[in-house]
Amino acid sequence: MKRIKLTIDGKKITARPGTMLLAAALSRGIWIPNLCFIPEAELPFGGCRLCWVEVEGEKDPVTACSRPVREGMAVRTRGQRAERLRKSAFELLLSRHHLDCRNCPKNKNCGLQEIAGRCGYPLKPGRFAREIPGLPVDDSHPKIIYDPNRCVLCGKCVWVCQTKREGVLDFSRRGLACRISTFADRPLGETRCGGCRQCVDICPVGALVRKK
Amino acid sequence: MKKNNNSGSQKAWEQLQKRTNREISGKPVPEIRLGTATCGRASGALETLAAFREEITRSAPAARLLEVGCVGHCYAEPIAVVANPGFPPILYGPVTPGVARRLVRDFLGEGDPCLEFALGAVEENEKIPSVFELPRFRMEKKIILEHAGWIDPARGEEYLLRGGYRGLFRALGMDPRDVIREVKAAGLRGLGGAGFPAGEKWEICRAFPGKTKYVVGNGDEGDPGAFMDRALLESDPFSVLEGMTIAGYAVGSHRGFLYVRAEYPLALERARTAMESLRGLGLLGKNILNSGFDFEVELARGAGAFICGESTALAAALEGKRGMPRVRPPELAEKGLWGKPTLLNNLKTLAAAARILDQGSPWFRSLGTSRSKGTAVFSLAGKIHNTGLIEVPLGTTLREVVDTAGGGVPKKKALKAVQIGGPSGGCLPAGLADTPVDFDSLKEAGSIMGSGGMVILDEDDCMVRTARFFLDFIQKESCGKCAPCRIGTYQMLKILDGLTRGKGSDAEMKILEELALEVQQGSLCGLGKTAPNPVLSTLRYFREEYEAHYREGRCPARSCRDLIAFYIIPEKCSRACEVCVGACPVEAIAAGAKGIKVIDQEKCVKCGSCYQDCPIEFQAVIKVSPPKTGGK
Repeated sequence: MKRIKLTIDGKKITARPGTMLLAAALSRGIWIPNLCFIPEAELPFGGCRLCWVEVEGEKDPVTACSRPVREGMAVRTRGQRAERLRKSAFELLLSRHHLDCRNCPKNKNCGLQEIAGRCGYPLKPGRFAREIPGLPVDDSHPKIIYDPNRCVLCGKCVWVCQTKREGVLDFSRRGLACRISTFADRPLGETRCGGCRQCVDICPVGALVRKK
Repeated sequence: MKKNNNSGSQKAWEQLQKRTNREISGKPVPEIRLGTATCGRASGALETLAAFREEITRSAPAARLLEVGCVGHCYAEPIAVVANPGFPPILYGPVTPGVARRLVRDFLGEGDPCLEFALGAVEENEKIPSVFELPRFRMEKKIILEHAGWIDPARGEEYLLRGGYRGLFRALGMDPRDVIREVKAAGLRGLGGAGFPAGEKWEICRAFPGKTKYVVGNGDEGDPGAFMDRALLESDPFSVLEGMTIAGYAVGSHRGFLYVRAEYPLALERARTAMESLRGLGLLGKNILNSGFDFEVELARGAGAFICGESTALAAALEGKRGMPRVRPPELAEKGLWGKPTLLNNLKTLAAAARILDQGSPWFRSLGTSRSKGTAVFSLAGKIHNTGLIEVPLGTTLREVVDTAGGGVPKKKALKAVQIGGPSGGCLPAGLADTPVDFDSLKEAGSIMGSGGMVILDEDDCMVRTARFFLDFIQKESCGKCAPCRIGTYQMLKILDGLTRGKGSDAEMKILEELALEVQQGSLCGLGKTAPNPVLSTLRYFREEYEAHYREGRCPARSCRDLIAFYIIPEKCSRACEVCVGACPVEAIAAGAKGIKVIDQEKCVKCGSCYQDCPIEFQAVIKVSPPKTGGK
């Protein structure tokens, strides 16, 4: 099949038809901020709202994860309008994130820190007051610790658990109360979770971490 | 009678007509049709039904009593149509059990039509003034609700007698592509909110290859103040099912799902009964009208999530997954239910499609405006005389809807705004009352057509509180998937919460506005993208009201509890009256010197009971905002 030619930030790349912009960019080493993108997933999740880019000729920014590549498309990853939406989503995520990097096992290996560093954002909720969920940490499992107060709800753990393993994790509740949980909120240690820890490996922040 | 190329279905159709016509021939008997949809029941229709039944057994055993749906006049519920041979059918309302007994005894028994309880005859005639002399009946144009409230929703025969299924019969004789062409030519736009051209949607779905395709009727109506889909399903499920079948034929699908929210038990029950009736008539299931076309519909009950009105979330829910929207593309028309091409339409769109196939696209195009064809169904709620369901041609102005159809704002209060389209819609101020109600004009004015909820607000309604109400709803119903909707609406809500308590600043207002635009642009699905509309539209038209809240601690509508106070004017208070003392639920009012009542502001919970109950001859209680300056 003929490959599609496009440019991202002036750099010429090619991609298979049907590829999403974000996947095409990342595979060519062009980094676009993201937290919820899973290369092998059938459909993008589209929940973190961080991968905003501007497409030449279009008024509104689009999320790169959900926009298929098009022949001759010219993309800017750091335009002002895209930056505004990205920073807004970033600040909103931080306003619900227990920011305690020093004591976080994912310190220096964290998706939020990476975005802040590479985009030049302060690691702060900006305009918003921080209000963390204040939920209990679940350390009932012998191999995994789950801290919902650090979770950004990117859904990666749900995907990996449901497509590869027992399907113990899922979203529950609505609105601000939405969270990752087990059936009937049972502690992880009391579920059929076998402890494969793929959720830990895929978690971009310090919400699911290895128990030492 | 329209000719059909398919001789098999032609014959089946004629037989069906004969069969239903046989039902009505014979000696006419008195007939009472009582509206027992949810709205009627809320007004006591079941008690009225019992009274009718009892009195008929006693004094008019020949009469037939039927339960029908809703004609849309909520303010006059329970409503009954009495057809007594020798008289034109007459519409009555409200029919209390007492009125019911009198109608049977005096009208059926002795020929006195009891006109004091009547709204009017439903046919033009010499004897009795007809309802069409009432402005509301005159301005309404019922297409989607054509049969609602007139037919027995349990019996497909009644729908057939009124011309039902002519649309499907005609469609079955056409090439499916011509069916789509007809819908496209009619200019029908989706009535679920966004107004996407329906014919185009059908065409796209047809174009995707695949043996298995699905048609979904979206009846997950969840907007506060909206009840169009419920009334339609409870009154005339046939129109929806006919539309679904036509859509199935057009796009090449043999299986449909009728998704109805769980909070509508009666609608679900009546849809189920209607489907059974249609199966019995050969209008649903295998080999419909002997045409060789199969179409089966399954009733699906929602589980109470507002977000499942969003099409991709609805599809996920139907598959048994958590109702969460997904990114697009792919559209449902390409990859919908279980990965198959799926056509999803609002119930009203489907019902309208059935009429279009019956009466033809030129007829439909003659209604509405240049870019919005046909009619719109609105539920009128809030501060309005004649609440209910109306159907008017698109392009009717808001003023006509409120004043003519709705009978205006009660208690001589001034119209302040009209909230259209529920939590995704906006508030249009009274100054824009001449805005025509159509997809484009409303969008331009900062609202959307939405599914058709219309809440009328008067001078006592605070716009900040109204915006807060809808945002609170959205925040609670957000699926939680994307950050702008899940957290952004919460941050907005916090600011609005502050404002209703008189707290805020110019800086916070700036954040509110910025964030509103960011949530609008940045959210994943339609719910999030439209969530800021109530805030943005009120900011656009009622900014000074926002400012009064935090700059002066004043609520101009005197509605926000933290910003008002009640006082009793000593000069007006009567020594002899203690109504307010009794009305106060917290014993905050006591008689002071010379028997003049005084409100203890520390104890007062600002419920407004004293204000409401103070006898009209005194009107001694006043409500002030801000609380500190008034009264003395």
